[in-house]
Amino acid sequence: MAKQYETVIGLEVHVELATKTKIFCSCSTEFGGAPNTHTCPVCTGMPGSLPVLNKQVVEYAIAVGLATNCSITQYCKFDRKNYFYPDNPQNYQISQLYLPICRNGGVEIETESGGKKIVGIHEIHMEEDAGKLIHDEWEDASLVDFNRSGVPLIEIVSEPDMRSADEVIAYLEKLRMIIQYLGASDCKLQEGSMRADVNLSIREVGAEAFGTRTEMKNLNSFKAIARAIEGEKERQIDLLEAGKAVVQETRRWDDNKETSYAMRSKEDAQDYRYFPEPDLVPIIISDEWIEEIRSRQPELRTEKLERYKAEYDIPQYDAEIITSHKKLADIFEATVALGKKPKEVSNWLMVETMRLLKEHDMEPSDLTFAPENLAKLIGLIEAGAINRTTAKEVFEKVFAENVDPEIYVEENGLKIEADDGALKGIIEGIVAANPQSVADYKAGKKKAIGFLVGQTMKAMKGKADPGTVNKMLTEILNS
Amino acid sequence: MDLMQLTAVELGKKIKNKEVTVKECVEAALAQMDAVEGQIHSFVTIDREGALKKAEEVQAKIDAGELTGPLAGVPVAIKDNMCTEGLLTTCSSKILYNFVPTYTSEAVLNLEKAGAVIIGKTNMDEFAMGSTTETSAFGPTKNPWNTDHVPGGSSGGSCTAVAAEEVPYALGSDTGGSIRQPSSFCGVVGIKPTYGTVSRYGLIAYGSSLDQIGPVAKDVTDCATILEAIASYDPKDSTSVQREEYDFTSALVDDVKGLRIGIPRDYFGEGLDEEVKAAVLGAAKVLEEKGAIVEEFDLSLVEYAIPAYYVIASAEASSNLARFDGVKYGYRTEEYEGLHNMYKKSRSEGFGLEVKRRIMLGSFVLSSGYYDAYYLKALRTKALIKQAFDKAFEKYDVILGPAAPTTAPKLGDSLSDPIKMYLGDIYTISVNLAGLPGLSMPCGIDSKGLPIGVQMIGDCFKEKNIIRAAYAFEQTRTYQRPAMAEKGAE
Repeated sequence: MAKQYETVIGLEVHVELATKTKIFCSCSTEFGGAPNTHTCPVCTGMPGSLPVLNKQVVEYAIAVGLATNCSITQYCKFDRKNYFYPDNPQNYQISQLYLPICRNGGVEIETESGGKKIVGIHEIHMEEDAGKLIHDEWEDASLVDFNRSGVPLIEIVSEPDMRSADEVIAYLEKLRMIIQYLGASDCKLQEGSMRADVNLSIREVGAEAFGTRTEMKNLNSFKAIARAIEGEKERQIDLLEAGKAVVQETRRWDDNKETSYAMRSKEDAQDYRYFPEPDLVPIIISDEWIEEIRSRQPELRTEKLERYKAEYDIPQYDAEIITSHKKLADIFEATVALGKKPKEVSNWLMVETMRLLKEHDMEPSDLTFAPENLAKLIGLIEAGAINRTTAKEVFEKVFAENVDPEIYVEENGLKIEADDGALKGIIEGIVAANPQSVADYKAGKKKAIGFLVGQTMKAMKGKADPGTVNKMLTEILNS
Repeated sequence: MDLMQLTAVELGKKIKNKEVTVKECVEAALAQMDAVEGQIHSFVTIDREGALKKAEEVQAKIDAGELTGPLAGVPVAIKDNMCTEGLLTTCSSKILYNFVPTYTSEAVLNLEKAGAVIIGKTNMDEFAMGSTTETSAFGPTKNPWNTDHVPGGSSGGSCTAVAAEEVPYALGSDTGGSIRQPSSFCGVVGIKPTYGTVSRYGLIAYGSSLDQIGPVAKDVTDCATILEAIASYDPKDSTSVQREEYDFTSALVDDVKGLRIGIPRDYFGEGLDEEVKAAVLGAAKVLEEKGAIVEEFDLSLVEYAIPAYYVIASAEASSNLARFDGVKYGYRTEEYEGLHNMYKKSRSEGFGLEVKRRIMLGSFVLSSGYYDAYYLKALRTKALIKQAFDKAFEKYDVILGPAAPTTAPKLGDSLSDPIKMYLGDIYTISVNLAGLPGLSMPCGIDSKGLPIGVQMIGDCFKEKNIIRAAYAFEQTRTYQRPAMAEKGAE
């Protein structure tokens, strides 16, 4: 019988923090400026420049640590990680090795079987991002852009507690949700504000010792992560089955080719010569500071979900979808706060919003419409000014362009004709033009009224409320 | 009378009283430079045009009553490891031979606010690594008292510029004695303030946890006045300390009655030149006669300071100097194949021997498997040395000893024996390790005609104690100029 293997996975997750300025200088972290415009002597490593720690970075790191049940290192320091590369202007990265800000935490995930499991967090540390190298093929030269140099990151290092790609995705989704809820980052994998390196080894089921692990880099989506895990698992099993050994190395995943390449082996591993950063003083984190951050912690998903069910009386299923992303929850709460029925608001988010997101291949964090406009749209339905079919069309406009539904409906003449006289005239015309249907109705075929309602709506170009039409028709037919 | 013979404060007064213009002061400085630079080579860069232009601007502000401080209009020389916007800043290294900073260091900005006119950048040991100013890529600086001898280092150029009266005062930096030892060798006064007193922003780092900028001048009054101008709390330097007060000149009183002075026996043992010993003890005697309480004591741990220092400073330097790689600024090798070859050749060609020696030493002590044995142990030693000083300062206000074991050695002697050069730092280094303020001032001339310096060390933030002791001692002496200063501009 073939051997049974178990996959052992640990993750190193880098998250770009949502601060306005960089970690050690006051340059903007804004994405997409012209190269080297968000720079100063500090983040370009000019001689004599010195780093000054951005307090917000520490607060975000503590917030993430508290939300992931870590203990906070109250005497914490930065260290220098020394290595030469042109995207790193000082040729050292300011990071944390000896006293990382958070340690010994964990988050609960749901496993495939529906059970619960804790994935341990070994540590969270703060560090600076590097610049970006642009290779100019034509000139046979490389250019460097330091706009990203010094953007704050936290690295969340898990314990090797995950056993499958599904668990890895569940863990990442959980982390992403927590961090987004905290407002500490938007956690977009495609844009690189969340990056995960996968450490993976395999061992025979029942074995205690870990196998030799590899580290996989360049994983830009959950799908790529899942594929890379499957691929690496199979590669390692094949090696072992062939009697070969797994080499401890860093590998780069190529998602197009669905295969990975060795980048560097342990033998080539650099000695980073870490030592305490002498240009920064130790960070002393008082109990009061921690408590202050704890008291400011926003409501996280689990609490929110329970509250939605209790306070707004919406079903578990709805609450789960709406709280699955902070942006959805924010829109939900803001719209409800404008006086709209929770279930009605939730329906718009769960059905139409989710449909359009999927259609446009967007994430909830990409939503741009104002809760006020969703509230106005619901208001128009409640007032009977538009019917649901029209409302769906208008919502597409709200979704795409954040239009004001009241103005849009008015300008495009979508309002239901409130003039009962005009409607009555049209109905009478329809009744006169369709004697067979009238006869059927009077003969007891009550369903025949449906055809007449349809004809009326057609004549009204949709600008009538089907309920009203039905009511008026019934009156006329029965008179 | 030659203007450059005056102290900075005296010259400032003359400018203020309209007895002399700023331009005349700058011209006097330039004339003296023309006369002596060929013999001593204090400067890497002389900014004639910039200084003359600045002289007019400063004069206008003085005339308008906008600049009233004691240093307004007085020319100054800056050690070439402090960034000066638009003015070449080389650290006396080939690797920065063309580096023109885009910003000015905080200490220099503070001086500019006080109306200082920067006249040039002074020569130094490459990246402040050395004790003789011979490791400069632009050639050595020579001692104005005897040009066969070194001026000390690494702030050699700043000290010779003051001693030879090319400028009334200068800024130096001190990582292990680099202000105090050359001050001693050149017969001038220099102060290394408490770590964190003067901003390091814009000072090109050697050993970040030890580096401190300080003044070099002809007397204690100048040094206290300059220190008052350059010291500031700077939020751009995380190691900058918000001090309770930035007043140093109120300590310029000729009164040491009751001042407790400790003489560490460990500073007067083997290796100390007899003439130096006699002169330094003579200074202690003078202060005792003036009413100070002078006592001998055992400081302990002195022999561990040098190894601890060379481990810590080299470790930090190996990382601090990593940015000089030929990519962004400074020297890049002519021909190379690929990135790593470019790094290797640029750095091999751009750095001098002593710098490379310390980068290698620092890289070694930080490398995996050696960190605990060397770097961590050195940090623990540093903490113990600080404790030894803390204990001493429970009993004494000032610790008095030599600044260096000998007077200035001959050119070339130290380069051939680096260990000997390192040992020459024995009395100054522990002051940096403990972050304390230290001052060196002349206390005699030896039989070779070279100046002898006495060092006074204070507790953290107690610069005023050493300024008071130094000022009182200075009142018993007359300032001695090297013959070169006198002959210079005549």
